[in-house]
Amino acid sequence: MFNLRKLALLGLLPLALAGCRQDMHDQPRFKPLAQSDFYADLRSARTPVEGTVARGQLHEDTYFYSGKIGSSAGDFMPFPVTEDVLARGRERFNIYCAPCHSRVGDGNGFIPSRGFPRKPPSYHSERLRRAPLGYFFDVITNGFGIMPDYASQIPPRDRWCIIAYIRALQLSQGATMADVPSGQKVPSEAPQFEEPGSGATLPVVAPKSANPQPEEPK
Amino acid sequence: MQIFHRSTNTISRATIYGAVFVVAALFWAAANIQRSPYVTYAGVARPQPVPFSHQHHVAGLGIDCRYCHTSVETSSFAGIPPTKTCMNCHSQIWTNAALLEPVRESYRSGKSLVWTRVNDLPDFVYFNHSIHINKGVGCNTCHGPVDRMPLMYNYASLQMEWCLDCHRAPDKYLRPRDQVFNMRYEPPASDKPVRLDGKDYTDQLALGADLIQKYKVRNPMDITTCSTCHR
Ligand code: HEC
Ligand code: HEC
Ligand code: HEC
Ligand code: HEC
Ligand code: HEC
Ligand code: HEC
Repeated sequence: MFNLRKLALLGLLPLALAGCRQDMHDQPRFKPLAQSDFYADLRSARTPVEGTVARGQLHEDTYFYSGKIGSSAGDFMPFPVTEDVLARGRERFNIYCAPCHSRVGDGNGFIPSRGFPRKPPSYHSERLRRAPLGYFFDVITNGFGIMPDYASQIPPRDRWCIIAYIRALQLSQGATMADVPSGQKVPSEAPQFEEPGSGATLPVVAPKSANPQPEEPK
Repeated sequence: MQIFHRSTNTISRATIYGAVFVVAALFWAAANIQRSPYVTYAGVARPQPVPFSHQHHVAGLGIDCRYCHTSVETSSFAGIPPTKTCMNCHSQIWTNAALLEPVRESYRSGKSLVWTRVNDLPDFVYFNHSIHINKGVGCNTCHGPVDRMPLMYNYASLQMEWCLDCHRAPDKYLRPRDQVFNMRYEPPASDKPVRLDGKDYTDQLALGADLIQKYKVRNPMDITTCSTCHR
């Protein structure tokens, strides 16, 4: 009888330990954006006091952060445009702008067709082809008309990469055969895509059916 | 006088030795319950203040994960979009839908939307998104078919054995970095090769081995030590 009771107690032990388990799971510290019962607005992430300048956020290089010289938009890139910059620009453009402006920038993205009162304009209009680079920076940073601003979603360097890519898109739409570097072939047909792509990535180009495999040297 | 027939001896013997099996069965049951959705909540959709559908926004509208989860490539935390991100579109689209009233209310008043956390590791575990993304672990390897989730649920158990299964042999799961956000990525197969640096792969382990070289993934010994995740 006595033994049985001991056994039963032993059986309860895991339950007690299970209790401890939960304490260790939820410790008195916050994961990012977790709810806090201490502050009235329930936010554990506090907004800094107005006027605070965090380390590394003193924006002395104002052109880089505003796209403006004085009060007019500048028309140069604050850093050299390399292939990496354009590749980054393409990726970011397809994430943040293409849903509305489409991948080629003609303004026929999918989202506006679901209920925006007007479509975004095409980047290939005479007006926007002439617009200085700094103007695009201003539109991304502060929004324009019914277009929301993207300041909190896209850091400044990425905004510049996107702008470089938009300029490349604009040039590509107005290109002539004379712009093709000598020795480079222009593909006569558009690439075949395997599937439309999930929105997360560029569509996969279907491998050519007769895929010449390089022979192993014997 | 004998109440029980002789044959019951076998039964009593069976129950004595059988106890071993009963105990084993209990352990087995406990181990399985521990891994079941009752404990891990895997596959259980949680109620949310707004019935936000990844299926609709990701597969239907083609929005990239990073449009909303902006910090996933650079920080430990993937980031939950602020109300402003919803309003980028919903200030124009479905502006009268009752479904979206909590979003508009939150935007007007500046009060946060309170989403229910779905994937929740215990606080004594350290996890970091950015390293996984940059070394070629796809979102859907861990989060499942997000583009087919009308309501978010967690796909994996998030138990230690699950993390370790991959940390012991990451080559089973890695994919090229530009495919990390692709919810429809399929691992290489002989009829569907995956292309990397101009080479076609038809075998996951061959691809995985080359990706480990390319992305300089440390060896399993280093990423299975306790202090990787318990620090
Ligand atoms: C939610 C949809 C949406 C997204 C995403 C979006 N835009 Fe727009 N954009 C618009 C709309 C709508 C207009 C037209 C605004 C108007 O006429 O009121 C516009 C206009 C513009 C203009 C033209 C301004 C002018 O002078 O006519 C530029 C430049 C522009 N967007 C750049 C961008 C860039 C760069 C991005 C990506 C960072 C982007 N947009 C993302 C919807 C969007
Ligand atoms: C339009 C914005 C948006 C897009 C695009 C988006 N998400 Fe989300 N995601 C959210 C919101 C809002 C939540 C919080 C509500 C919820 O859990 O459903 C969330 C939650 C999640 C969660 C669960 C978070 C938790 O509580 O554990 C995961 C995982 C997730 N998203 C993955 C993805 C992946 C992968 C993609 C890309 C395929 C993606 N999301 C695209 C807005 C978005
Ligand atoms: C890039 C634009 C965009 C963003 C950002 C966006 N949505 Fe949507 N959402 C849409 C569109 C477009 C529809 C439906 C349009 C249609 O198909 O008619 C929609 C539909 C919905 C619906 C309707 C129910 C359904 O799924 O069918 C809900 C709820 C919703 N969104 C919630 C949200 C929340 C919450 C956020 C912020 C995390 C958000 N959306 C961000 C574009 C967006
Ligand atoms: C290696 C597995 C893994 C991969 C890959 C992964 N996640 Fe997660 N994710 C997790 C875990 C584990 C959590 C829970 C973290 C916690 O509780 O601290 C989580 C949580 C989240 C959350 C909730 C917020 C947070 O950070 O806690 C979101 C949103 C999310 N993931 C989105 C994504 C997106 C988008 C991708 C792809 C770019 C992705 N995840 C890739 C394992 C992963
Ligand atoms: C599908 C594969 C996979 C899964 C599942 C996975 N990981 Fe990883 N994890 C990796 C890879 C690959 C690395 C990169 C190792 C490297 O850089 O050498 C990594 C790295 C890490 C690191 C960084 C190590 C460091 O020293 O910086 C942490 C922490 C980590 N994982 C935690 C977790 C946790 C916790 C889980 C479970 C919730 C988990 N991982 C699940 C593949 C995975
Ligand atoms: C890849 C990441 C990873 C590594 C490496 C790792 N753990 Fe864990 N550990 C986890 C996760 C995730 C959990 C939470 C499991 C859960 O929620 O049930 C956990 C939970 C635990 C727990 C608590 C179990 C419970 O039921 O509460 C202990 C104890 C533990 N780990 C010990 C260790 C020891 C000892 C090592 C080294 C041999 C180790 N861990 C290495 C990820 C890891």
